[in-house]
Amino acid sequence: MRINQALKTYKRGGIHPAEYKLTDKSPVQILPLPEQVTILLSQHIGVPAIPVVSKGDTVKVGQLIGHGKGFVSANIHSSVSGKVVKIDSLPDLTGYKKPAVVIEVEGDEWEENIIQSTDLKEDITLSEDEILEKIRESGIVGLGGAAFPSHVKLILPKNKKAEALIINGVECEPYLTSDHRLMLEYGEEMMVGIRILMKVLNVRKAMIGIENNKADAIYHLTDIASKFPGIEVYPLKVKYPQGSEKQLIKALTGREVPSLKLPVDVGVIVHNVSTAYAIYEAVQKNKPLINRIITVSGKSLKKPSNFVVRIGTPIQFLIEAAGGLPENTGKVISGGLMMGKAFNSLDVPVIKGMSGILVLPEDETKRKTIEPCIRCSKCVTVCPMGLEPYLLMPLTQDGNFYRLEKEMVLDCLECGSCSYICPANRPLLDYIRLGKTDVNKIIRERR
Amino acid sequence: MSSILITILFLSSIGIVAAIILYLFAQKFKVLENPIIYDVEDALPAANCGGCGYPGCRNFAEACVNSDSLDDLYCPVGGQETMDIVANLLGKEAKQTDPRVAVIRCSGSFKNRPRTNHYDGASSCAVASALYVGDTDCPVGCLNMDDCVEVCEFEAIYMNRKTGLPVVIDEKCTACGACVKACPRDIIELRKRNKKDRQIFVSCINKEKGGIATKYCSVACIGCTKCFKVCEFEAIIMGNNLAFIDSDMCALCRRCVPECPTDAILEINFQPVRTKTDKENKTASDKISEKVKADIKE
Repeated sequence: MRINQALKTYKRGGIHPAEYKLTDKSPVQILPLPEQVTILLSQHIGVPAIPVVSKGDTVKVGQLIGHGKGFVSANIHSSVSGKVVKIDSLPDLTGYKKPAVVIEVEGDEWEENIIQSTDLKEDITLSEDEILEKIRESGIVGLGGAAFPSHVKLILPKNKKAEALIINGVECEPYLTSDHRLMLEYGEEMMVGIRILMKVLNVRKAMIGIENNKADAIYHLTDIASKFPGIEVYPLKVKYPQGSEKQLIKALTGREVPSLKLPVDVGVIVHNVSTAYAIYEAVQKNKPLINRIITVSGKSLKKPSNFVVRIGTPIQFLIEAAGGLPENTGKVISGGLMMGKAFNSLDVPVIKGMSGILVLPEDETKRKTIEPCIRCSKCVTVCPMGLEPYLLMPLTQDGNFYRLEKEMVLDCLECGSCSYICPANRPLLDYIRLGKTDVNKIIRERR
Repeated sequence: MSSILITILFLSSIGIVAAIILYLFAQKFKVLENPIIYDVEDALPAANCGGCGYPGCRNFAEACVNSDSLDDLYCPVGGQETMDIVANLLGKEAKQTDPRVAVIRCSGSFKNRPRTNHYDGASSCAVASALYVGDTDCPVGCLNMDDCVEVCEFEAIYMNRKTGLPVVIDEKCTACGACVKACPRDIIELRKRNKKDRQIFVSCINKEKGGIATKYCSVACIGCTKCFKVCEFEAIIMGNNLAFIDSDMCALCRRCVPECPTDAILEINFQPVRTKTDKENKTASDKISEKVKADIKE
């Protein structure tokens, strides 16, 4: 069902890739425990956590194993009970080695203070500071993909005030349905999570933005929202990349976040629906971030499904549960089809920021031959930030980083719309990403 | 006739006035420049490669003239000869600097390093390195995508498609250091240029433990310290499971090369080593040839 009326959206740029939401009707299944989990100590943006367990220790579910030191960092908890067999550097999905803790699963013993019952606990008894401390302790990070520590986002800079809270239920990426299923199945819990966020930020208004291709979620949440004053649900037009922070703010409030500024500068804070649910569990049930919902999808997979997965489960285990790896697989991608990264190997573990695993057949993954730019300006038209990707690519190749900075390369949100639309198959985003890191390096040196 | 005369006179008078104005302005805004800068610039190789650390030869010439000593200034392309000429022009003294040459410290060819996945993104080492570990499991090895080849102004480096590794042409290399900067994995090193361009170096920069390193590359340095023990000149430094041969200390004795269990130490431009049996054979054959010669003489 599609309502054909003027829905809210942002104006500049954007594309509409084929949706392929194969799993939007399949309920979330709880995945059985694997034999061994590998928990990376750097699953978030910022300083990696420092291990606080040693080899041979027995740990319980929810026990702290990595202490996030510094302001921008997050705690890491054990997602299983068992014995620590190894603390070593192990490859993450890029293949580069990162510090990790390997735990062999024995039984399923939880920490005593975690409430395991699924009853809804509505009244918020803790004070603002206690809630913040709880979120920090539980190692909650933004579950939309960037994995930015949530407590940092909730502590507002001095002399700045949030007027509204925006909850991101857009899920504009093709294939992914984990947020969609969460909204349908854990809607009430999520609403309580939003109330908690509203209390911490001291705002009276929360807006949930959901794209119009999730009509059942919009109806369901509008229904529940009547019980929670201050929370409203807004259907949005289907457009990629609406799930990006700045585009969502523009769509819902009409305000534009200035270049290199944060959403709080225009008086809004954005959180993902999964983060709201994780915050509910952390504050009301004392449960740290030890599992999350992941979509395992792909046209060639036998059983594409949504799973509740413990952090640290090997990817191979998830794919086996979804019917095994098809023979003609070309790429396995972590995250969405547009912004995700291909896995280097299938032995790597699930991390907090992983929202989906996509299995793509070989003939779909091949890149076409790169041809010269024909100056059609399609990339300029689709860029949601109003940049000129055709210009940024040669500037990066030439190493003209001062000009790149002037062309606002740092505003790029790496949505990949330019590479998607380019008729000459130019790898625009690959180079823009490189240019961004180099410009960041220059700026850091200047300080 | 008169109209032609008037035109010529009018135009030439405009010309004279304009010339006077230009002359006056040129005098007013004259930039005083040390004329010796031009001489120094002429002595430089005019490659504008940036190997000296300055944007071009002109800037380097200015720096030479303006600085008190030439100790920190060195033109890698011109080498010691050019620096001596510059020093003569300026009446300063040039520091003795050994000529250098670029060396590729990776032997992970297609044969030695099995490919574990396939990369089809943008053909640039910098992009691939920022994205992931590469098409082998080695996190520090060569990505064989021509970043160093493209950046070389002297065509001194080419990609060997059979091995998938870049090769430096020693005669053409000027040690400007452009490839060193371009390599995202810091594989390329500038080492002292020896007689006949001979070179002995550890062709690996992997810091993993031996067991792990040999899993993804058969010619990785495993940090066994065998070469370190055999070296008499203290040229080998050990650390982080890796050996490094200091090119300034190395006496090119080749004693470390056969010691290496994984063939990670490379020798370039050397004659093949003569084994004992070779020597005996040769002496025997020499004797025979001498005999033959003697026979012919008789």
